[in-house]
Amino acid sequence: MNFRTNTSTLTDMITTANAITATRLQVGHGLHSVVHDIDLEVQSGGLLVLIGTNGSGKSTLLKTLAGLLPALSGSVSVLGEVPGALPKRVAYLPQHPVSSHTLPLRARDVVAMGRYAHLGLFRRESDTDRRAVSDAITRTGTIDFADQPLRNLSGGQQQRTHLAQVLTRHAEVLLLDEPTAGLDLNGKQSVADIIAAERSRGVAVVLATHDLQDAVAATSVMLLAQRVVAYGPPDHALSDDNIRECFGFTQPH
Amino acid sequence: MNPHIALLNPLWEPFVNNAFLRNALLASSLVAIICAVAGTYVVLRGFSFVGDALAHGVIPGIAIALLLGVPGVVGAALGAVLMMGGVSAITSKVRLSSDTGIGLLFVGMLSLGVIITSRSTSFVGDITRILFGELLGVQSRDLVWQVVVLVVVVAIAVFAHRPFVLMSLDEGLARTSGFSVTFFHGLMLTMVGLAVVGSFQLVGTLLVLGMLIAPAAAGALVARRVSTMMLSAIAFGVASSYVGLVTSYHFDVAAGASIVFTSVYVFIIVAIVTIPRRMLGHRELPHQHEHTH
Repeated sequence: MNFRTNTSTLTDMITTANAITATRLQVGHGLHSVVHDIDLEVQSGGLLVLIGTNGSGKSTLLKTLAGLLPALSGSVSVLGEVPGALPKRVAYLPQHPVSSHTLPLRARDVVAMGRYAHLGLFRRESDTDRRAVSDAITRTGTIDFADQPLRNLSGGQQQRTHLAQVLTRHAEVLLLDEPTAGLDLNGKQSVADIIAAERSRGVAVVLATHDLQDAVAATSVMLLAQRVVAYGPPDHALSDDNIRECFGFTQPH
Repeated sequence: MNPHIALLNPLWEPFVNNAFLRNALLASSLVAIICAVAGTYVVLRGFSFVGDALAHGVIPGIAIALLLGVPGVVGAALGAVLMMGGVSAITSKVRLSSDTGIGLLFVGMLSLGVIITSRSTSFVGDITRILFGELLGVQSRDLVWQVVVLVVVVAIAVFAHRPFVLMSLDEGLARTSGFSVTFFHGLMLTMVGLAVVGSFQLVGTLLVLGMLIAPAAAGALVARRVSTMMLSAIAFGVASSYVGLVTSYHFDVAAGASIVFTSVYVFIIVAIVTIPRRMLGHRELPHQHEHTH
């Protein structure tokens, strides 16, 4: 990562300018199409915010970018490869239901699992891995409850734990599905700060949300309602008409 | 002899005087370790029902092997392979809720096993042996086989520990970390299948699930880390084997069932004893949370 950014030359910039590109992409589950004709581009350091209600297709699109669902048609590339091909350079935060599972894992252990993509099956944790984990724990405020078992944590605390896990990956692309769900205002602000910090070191971020506030800092916004309602810079895409069309008659909260 | 020590004689005398009991203790301890290692991942993954299905799925295979005069282990291994295919087909493809599918598969296999066994002249003896095991008839040959199974199960656990733990948390997480979920899912089924095949002769196909689940579940209650959970499960399992065997000797009751019953009540005791700590953990947190803000 550092090597790449430090030595980026003009040719490097031209070939790697787009972290994510999709053309006429169709996403869905199995044979069931959810959204079609998606065209998008996210550059290094850019933030694409996907906005829509539940079932609008934003999670489906994120899962497709993460390589968890195959593209139904069209083309999509992440860092120049098919989605899912680069686990060390792309990190995905799923939409986590609160886990009431009896997993005997401390928050700290869950965060450390983010390094498994780099460690593979057998490699032992190095100082770099340990530092990545402790940095992520500090940045997300997970440190307050790092030694508690995951099962004892509140929904918001689990959310921060999973975000910390994603950050340990030191990825070049972050795919975040509702990272602020269940967080209070302070929590939301700290997530926004973390995203800004990641972008400033060249990370491309795609964020799914139903909260219009999350779109303020975006380089581009995509409004989804089982189809692409609008796509472009925030002040252009977030017109009243588009928002009404995206959310139907229900008020966004 | 010191009368206080003599009082404890019943705890070891049976093993000093009877070679078959020593064998049984050794074999059931091996089974306890095999099941604790495999069972840890079964419990983590919420896979108990799949373990149950595998345990019943081997019955027709064993029954056929017995009819043909082939070692039961061979039939069990073939049955396990077929059943694993069935379970993974159901869990990956069928839209019917997978517990319904697996449930049907396992009663189907259980009834098929009974039908096949009923052709045998020693029906009652055979079916009892298959379902409830034959702990006191353990041969040295069985011990060798169990050591082999133990080595393979431990090797799988060492090899696949990270993906198994990732999958317990979230399958997608395993995939986005670069591990093939299909492959490691199959490997986990293989490990459970091996544990069943390695254990059924002792505790029987009906009871093997108890050895797989109870010590690991008790371990999950006391542990905060997966490694401690597994070690506690081994300790609970081996202790249950010993207590179960001593009980069975003195009260003249079925050995395999005594061991499994012991492991289940050990779980219940652990669950009750850890209630205060688990409740406390829940109450402590919001309090701690307030402090930091």
